[in-house]
Amino acid sequence: MELTFYIAAAVAVLATIMVITRFNMIHALLYLVVSFLAVAVVFLTMGAPFMAALEVIVYAGAIVVLIIFVIMMLSLTREDVEQEKAWLQPKLWMGPALLSFVLLAELVYLLVIAEMPADPAAGSYVDARAVGLALYGPYVLGVQLSGILLMAGIVGAYHLGRQKKKVIHRFLQEKEPKKERSTVL
Amino acid sequence: MSAIPMETGLLLAGVLFMLGLISVMIRRNIIFMLISVEIMLNAAGLAFIVAGSHWAQPDGQIMFIFILTMAAAEVSVGLALILQIHHQLKTLNSDAANFMKG
Repeated sequence: MELTFYIAAAVAVLATIMVITRFNMIHALLYLVVSFLAVAVVFLTMGAPFMAALEVIVYAGAIVVLIIFVIMMLSLTREDVEQEKAWLQPKLWMGPALLSFVLLAELVYLLVIAEMPADPAAGSYVDARAVGLALYGPYVLGVQLSGILLMAGIVGAYHLGRQKKKVIHRFLQEKEPKKERSTVL
Repeated sequence: MSAIPMETGLLLAGVLFMLGLISVMIRRNIIFMLISVEIMLNAAGLAFIVAGSHWAQPDGQIMFIFILTMAAAEVSVGLALILQIHHQLKTLNSDAANFMKG
């Protein structure tokens, strides 16, 4: 089980590095799916099988497919890949990367010197039943707030994604220049 | 099951978060920035799962469910905004949208 964790962690880090260095968006998304699947394996080794299933279904399934659909709607060309390559010069990514590495080194140092309390439970397996009981017991207010958040997300996405129709009256419509209206959403 | 030390899981979460942070700073394409935000949210959820697994409590997994919900709502609204930006400015360059004029 320990070896599984380390292999999955290495795959996750490598796949994420490949995501942030790709120029083609679809290639980056494929590596992103690999990264999410590796994190799902990490969840499985951590004793959270229900969360592993949710990670595969929601992250690797729904969210990535949503992004792929939007990329297909935008109909990007080969010039966009070249543009991406021109934007990502070494002098541009060196500074932020170095500063982030400094922060990561501090985090590693703090984690290494910190004394973690010994875990009281030997088997840290938390099954879906305990999660469901806690979710609909003490955390039921959070579930309702999540429902409100998702509702706001749906309304916001519909409102923002809609193309504006500028029809004042059908007699006045001829005066306006005919705009090419793409059929998005 | 608990042979994995807690530090290792938290270190993995930290490394993944740092990679997402680097990407959101060095990229200029707005879709790549959204993908990087997803990576960072996923790393935060991983930290919650590691902590919940360490103390054998379901609270960490519940926090991950909430993060998942928030990420789904965030990515739908963000993609709608990206569609609007591409429709109005005909580009995905985030620098093209740094003036507050519609």
